[in-house]
Amino acid sequence: MIAELTRGERQAALIILCVLAFTGLLMAGFGRESALDFHGALVLALSVAGLFAVIRGYYAPPPDPARLREYFDAPGRAGILLAMGWAVIGMFFGVWVAALLAWPDLNFDSEFTSFGRIRPIHTTGVIFGFGGNALIATSFYVMQRTSRARIRDQLGAWFVLLGYNLFCLLAVTGYALGVTQSKEYAEPEWYADLWLVVVWVVYFAIYLRTLAHRKEPHIYVANWYYLAFILVVAMLHIVNNLAFPISLGSDKSYSLFAGVQDALTEWWYGHNAVAFFLTSGFLGMMYYFLPVRAGRPIYSYRMSIISFWGITFMYMWVGSHHLHYTALPQWVQTLGMTFSIVLLVPSWGSAANALLTLNGAWHKVRDDATLRFMMVSAVFYGLTTFEGSFLAIRSVNSLSHYTDWTVGHVHAGALGWVAMISFGAIYASVPWLWKRERMYSTRLVEAHFWLALGGTVVYVVAMWNSGIIQGLMWRTYTESGTLAYSFVDSVAAMHPYYIARAFGGLLFLTGAVIGCVNIALTIRHAPAPAAAADAEPPAAGQLQPAE
Amino acid sequence: MFGLHQRLERRTLALSLAIIVAASIGGLVEIAPLFTIHQTVEDAPDMRVYTPLELAGRNIYIREGCYACHSQMIRTLRDEVERYGPYSLAVESKYDHPMLWGSKRTGPDLARLGGKYSDAWHVAHLESPRAVVPESVMPAYRWLSRNPLRVSDLPAHLRAQKAVGVPYSDAMIAHAEQDAFGQSAPDSPQAAGVTARYGEATNLRAFDGRPDRLTEMDALVAYLQILGRLTDAAHRPVAAVAR
Ligand code: HEC
Repeated sequence: MIAELTRGERQAALIILCVLAFTGLLMAGFGRESALDFHGALVLALSVAGLFAVIRGYYAPPPDPARLREYFDAPGRAGILLAMGWAVIGMFFGVWVAALLAWPDLNFDSEFTSFGRIRPIHTTGVIFGFGGNALIATSFYVMQRTSRARIRDQLGAWFVLLGYNLFCLLAVTGYALGVTQSKEYAEPEWYADLWLVVVWVVYFAIYLRTLAHRKEPHIYVANWYYLAFILVVAMLHIVNNLAFPISLGSDKSYSLFAGVQDALTEWWYGHNAVAFFLTSGFLGMMYYFLPVRAGRPIYSYRMSIISFWGITFMYMWVGSHHLHYTALPQWVQTLGMTFSIVLLVPSWGSAANALLTLNGAWHKVRDDATLRFMMVSAVFYGLTTFEGSFLAIRSVNSLSHYTDWTVGHVHAGALGWVAMISFGAIYASVPWLWKRERMYSTRLVEAHFWLALGGTVVYVVAMWNSGIIQGLMWRTYTESGTLAYSFVDSVAAMHPYYIARAFGGLLFLTGAVIGCVNIALTIRHAPAPAAAADAEPPAAGQLQPAE
Repeated sequence: MFGLHQRLERRTLALSLAIIVAASIGGLVEIAPLFTIHQTVEDAPDMRVYTPLELAGRNIYIREGCYACHSQMIRTLRDEVERYGPYSLAVESKYDHPMLWGSKRTGPDLARLGGKYSDAWHVAHLESPRAVVPESVMPAYRWLSRNPLRVSDLPAHLRAQKAVGVPYSDAMIAHAEQDAFGQSAPDSPQAAGVTARYGEATNLRAFDGRPDRLTEMDALVAYLQILGRLTDAAHRPVAAVAR
């Protein structure tokens, strides 16, 4: 890792790590009696470890100039491994929180593992840990291939990847200690948020620089989506996290916004985290890996343009559908509902574009579990966006909101779409990145596919059932006009579904563990391709249809 | 149009700019007016701020992630109003930085919880939910009674709240520690100051049943008992009819 850096980059790395170590020291010093001191110590320890690593490699010979003719894939490889690691951690916590709702004493009476603290560890672990690392790793991969340009800034790429993982680590350890802003999917406190802004600016700069050096005249569609992901997530993150710390020595801050304004800002953020983190970025992934793996160009270039701008423009209006019938003014609710319904057009445009690309390659879908991961993800994407538009209708929402139906909907998207497209992309790129002929075991990929699909279906069906039952029980009246069920009746009725859901999650987790094993075996034991050229995927020019 | 796009996708900066513009419009149209249109938040002259003890309790509620299972937002639907009470008004959370409306009801809505149960019920329920409600899946929070409440940074909390717009007076900030103490020890000399600053209706009790110690349980129960009671705007006639 250090050997690939130039002398100048090694010096810059030392400076960055010194600054970080000093910041850690300050945090530990000033953060008396708050989790800030623990996080300071963590930052300090990690930067000192980094310093040692750089110093040890400092006098290694300068890297071979020949490397500049190849793509810079080391951070991409590390990102894939980190993504798989976080997948297992995040899903493990997911199964645990699911189990807590069936057997609530499984937190073993410890404050660090009570439901409210480990639920965000699950969501952050899977969304930001797994999803985010998969996005960073694949975006590095895709932007270089589709631009035919190497990442110039090697240190920057490492900085983005490792800095981002530091953010995730600060986040999840903080929750266990009770550090949270309570804003869903934006729980990390002010200092972690500031750090993410720094990382993100560097990420964007790398993207711009690489695109600026591209040898393709056009910027390929996948990059539009990755760009939208980077830019809009920055916007959302900064606005929603505006907060006032009680002191620089405390982890606690108060949101700048209150009440109804805070609620809409939060769901403007929350829903667009779904849109630009969990959709836009992953569509970028899909627009590269699916056509490459299928060996067919994208079905329609125009459809991708319309879908792209439709998604980028319309998603930002729909957050208010999380606040139907609340104290949010009705005109905002109505706007949110309307845009949510129209949004189905570009969403289905993307899903259809993906599925139609497979025309002529369906025999490959049958035989190749990797491509099947991608195909099924496009189907789930279509299903989930349909369900999303449906749930955004006020009268449907009056039943579904606050219930497990929402949870089922989210997981149809998260397991069926986001995780499946990621696994597909990872299985496709691991042999390319590590220069292997193929994955170590195609049967293990096959097993993972069926566990993932089975787990998703069990999970989602359980939550549909429990959600609809809950919603109906809460609004059922007796003949004499009184409410038929107490709240606790509805809690008791959920028990079997909560067990089923935990089981579905366990299946999905098992699949991810198998994936990790297979990737490890591929790296260590799979044969290298006969000729290096065989493994390289086609250049971007072949991805565009000749329209 | 597609020809135009052909040109756009050759320019990185123009493309980035176009993305930013397209993505900004929705938020600007929907969120910005909420700060400027006066009717968004009703007037409630009787609305009071959280006492330091209640604010500390609210922070414990956040720390423990109670919002992951409980909403604090009663919708304008008949069954919700009958089950939980008058629907929530925007003004009721106007001092809530951040809001805790929630998104999931694994447990019931808590927006009008204040006064529904006794302090002792809450303590017993938080210590061991299934001893009180056998079917419950709520976690037990036994450490709350063990942990002493940290009060030394309460003035800093109130100052930060003031900075983001909550009308705490200088006297409230200066007396934050004493007031936290006084509210949970009604017989102490500090108690009088609490009612002077936060109103006669403020609950002054040893919330966890033990006046000698100020614990996190005191703070959390004080907060739970004030939910829905900072103003009675929602109980006024205009709000009484649902849907
Ligand atoms: C895992 C989800 C979960 C979490 C987390 C949770 N609760 Fe609950 N809560 C429930 C359930 C389920 C019930 C209904 C059964 C019962 O009364 O115990 C409930 C009931 C309650 C009630 C009684 C409400 C009523 O009107 O009867 C109160 C008060 C309460 N919870 C407070 C809290 C507080 C305070 C926290 C955080 C410290 C918390 N809960 C965390 C699930 C949860």
